[in-house]
Amino acid sequence: MEKKIDKTIDKSIDKTGVRIGMWLFLYTEIILFGGLFVLYAAYFHKFPDLFAQGGKELNRVLGTVNTAVLLISSFTVAASITALQRGKKGQTISLLLFSIFCGAVFLVNKYFEWSAKFHHDIFPNSATLQDGPDGLNIFFGLYYVITGLHGLHVIIGMLLLTITLVLVIKERVHKDRFQLLENSGLYWHLVDLIWIFVFPLFYLVL
Amino acid sequence: MNTQESQHIISYKMLGIVLAALLALTGVTVAVSSVDLGVFNVPVALLIASTKATLVLLFFMHMKYESRVIIVSFISAVVFLGILISLMFFDVAFRYFS
Amino acid sequence: MNATESFYNTPSPPGLKGIWAWLLTHDHKRIGIMYLWSVGFWFCVALCCGLLMRIELMWVGKTIMGPEIYNSLFTLHGVIMVFLFVIPAVPSIFGNFFLPIQIGADDVFFPRLNLLSWYLFMLGGLLAIVSLFLGEGFPDTGWTFYVPFSLTTDKNVVLTVTAAFILGMSSMLTGLNFITTVHRMRTKDMGWMQMPLFTWSLYATSWVQILATPVLSITLLMVIFERVFAIGLFDPGKGGDPILYQHLFWMYSHPAVYIMILPAMGVISEIIPVFSRKAVFGYKGIVISSMGIAVAGSLVWAHHMYTSGMSDVAIFVFSLLTFLVAIPTAVKVFSWIATMYKGAIEMTPPLYLALIFIYLFCIGGLTGLILGAAGTDIHLHDTHFVVSHFHFAMFGGTGFAFFAALHYWWPKMFGIMYDFKKAYIGATLAAVGFIFHYIPMFILGMQGMPRRYYDYLPKFERGNFLAGLGGFLMVIGILLMFYNLLISFRKKKGAPQDPWGGTTLEWSVPSPPPLHNFVEEPQVKEYPYDFSEVIARAQEAQEAQDAQEAQDSEEEDGEKDR
Repeated sequence: MEKKIDKTIDKSIDKTGVRIGMWLFLYTEIILFGGLFVLYAAYFHKFPDLFAQGGKELNRVLGTVNTAVLLISSFTVAASITALQRGKKGQTISLLLFSIFCGAVFLVNKYFEWSAKFHHDIFPNSATLQDGPDGLNIFFGLYYVITGLHGLHVIIGMLLLTITLVLVIKERVHKDRFQLLENSGLYWHLVDLIWIFVFPLFYLVL
Repeated sequence: MNTQESQHIISYKMLGIVLAALLALTGVTVAVSSVDLGVFNVPVALLIASTKATLVLLFFMHMKYESRVIIVSFISAVVFLGILISLMFFDVAFRYFS
Repeated sequence: MNATESFYNTPSPPGLKGIWAWLLTHDHKRIGIMYLWSVGFWFCVALCCGLLMRIELMWVGKTIMGPEIYNSLFTLHGVIMVFLFVIPAVPSIFGNFFLPIQIGADDVFFPRLNLLSWYLFMLGGLLAIVSLFLGEGFPDTGWTFYVPFSLTTDKNVVLTVTAAFILGMSSMLTGLNFITTVHRMRTKDMGWMQMPLFTWSLYATSWVQILATPVLSITLLMVIFERVFAIGLFDPGKGGDPILYQHLFWMYSHPAVYIMILPAMGVISEIIPVFSRKAVFGYKGIVISSMGIAVAGSLVWAHHMYTSGMSDVAIFVFSLLTFLVAIPTAVKVFSWIATMYKGAIEMTPPLYLALIFIYLFCIGGLTGLILGAAGTDIHLHDTHFVVSHFHFAMFGGTGFAFFAALHYWWPKMFGIMYDFKKAYIGATLAAVGFIFHYIPMFILGMQGMPRRYYDYLPKFERGNFLAGLGGFLMVIGILLMFYNLLISFRKKKGAPQDPWGGTTLEWSVPSPPPLHNFVEEPQVKEYPYDFSEVIARAQEAQEAQDAQEAQDSEEEDGEKDR
């Protein structure tokens, strides 16, 4: 019996297996957003000019800043894994804290962006969009759905990073057992990956 | 099957270089977007985005050092999505402007 | 504690007793059994819904319910059958129970995630029930939730859609678990081409689950968003395109058909060689065709939309692609038939059900080609022909494969044998009833009777009445099969380790299996369907019996002489 139990514990830290599982989960997330990109592709084909017009109404500066913020946070998360692998707990903690902070900055920016749009009466089912051209309504509809869902993922990612941070402090996640950090990191990078495509498709369409 | 392969450690310097490249590419895509390239507008934007995504995948997400299973399956997942979108265009492309 | 004691007597996790040993278990076998009871429950509920609908349709005019209830009822029937029975039946019950054993593993790779999948499954089912009683009642949209009707109806669409979303998550997590298990937990000696075909089919299915289900998730989310925020992404009045909803929906729901049928084909691929005592014909062909169906099946979704107003080019392309799926499917059917050819066939209930599967599924598949051809589909679209076609494929196919799996693995899962005679009678009644139930629908469909109406023209009455009678016969047969299995608990006729002469690993462990599946290191065969040992064993037994009989008769002769 003792032997058997050892065997199961042994398997639960099959790191490659855990990573495969996480990647499979990421595929489902990619396809989930992929469904929205399917819609984007079709509607962009239908209303190319109005999509360009809608894109010009988005705040390009804020979009660029947010892209940079997410990229930097991705970098710090990746670096925190390096730090933990090297056994430097302090560095890991500060890098994770900074990443979570970046996530917060992103959300605050997003909040200002959205509230400015709301202020201009541009939100789902608003009078301006209802009476305006169809393509604009679709553009902003997709904008709100995709960035909203992406924002939700940012929040989930921040939660995951926070949990990891606590466990790093408690030394439950450490040099020899860092799958949780690695998986939260993968999730965070995925959030970044999606934004990398959202940014040009919405803010920079011509 | 308990292969405990040694974990690859990527140095801060390497990650820093990747970040610099990513920020530079962001700059490029913003700059390019103010130039009208006609039909190439979207392909160029997507090409830059894909390059950025590849960098993130390879280095931040350690895919460069992953086993073949993950690399092959990731590519299949993306190709699958691409096929879905392109097959749908058999409908969309011939319907919206006819 | 005895190492060979069955997993029923060994609570897991240790220390938990009674019901908690089940509700908090991480053991894949216990989770499989829990799925068995919950899926069985849903199947019976949906069966009743179906029967009620057929009773309503047996006579012209209002029989037992009005149009409103009828609309909710066919939605309920569809949603339960699709999301709570056909999709989870084979992978979640038999996959959970047997996939790890077939590859020589202790458990699935993420045992806790596996339990979470079960809870999500239960939560989804619960929400479906709740949506029956809350608000305006169960949706009347059909299980497809097509826009714009699903956005305008005042029934309880959001809750039901949420239920389907959660069930999709459960299915995805199961797929994720299986893929990781197959990749990481195969016993050392087992190569890819030594895996049993059931495991292979589950592996192919899992990929479809992972790559297609998220499309459904996002589609259902969009329905919720549209209902709550009225964005107008599918509303032509606001620039949207309702046909894109159909694209998104079928991008999942057509592959879902293969999520349903692939594991069923895996079951058949296990059963046929065992009872033919012959190596399966074209092992690699079946493996490749499993993966081929998984790929090709994902590319044909728009054949559900020929009459939707989609472009003609798309109709042409998707019609062509649809015919391609027939190729890998036919490879499998040919392989099964060729396996039986010149085999030493031993008739048992599982084989009998498997043969019924092949017959019914072939009709389902071939009528699919009629619908896949765009020209004929224009005539047959949304008629009872379609209803009959997909019931032949889904119920005659997956349903009967589910019964076959139940009869094949019952001795292993519970360690008891059931009565063969009742099983044969039940299976025959179900199959004959099935044919009488659905063949009239083909004819009705060709005559132009549309689906999803609670009433019809008087000229359709005879066919509908016959179909109703067939339905009753079928339900009686199914209930007899279930009854027969259930009373086997009372009779407790013990099952040996390998009652059928199977060669895959699950037959090398005791029935029911012990907690850790394998008492000793599993012995992997060079080729998973090598029956030489089984045949040698049977011959030895036969010879021993002959010798015994010869001795007996000699003794008898001796007695006579005296």
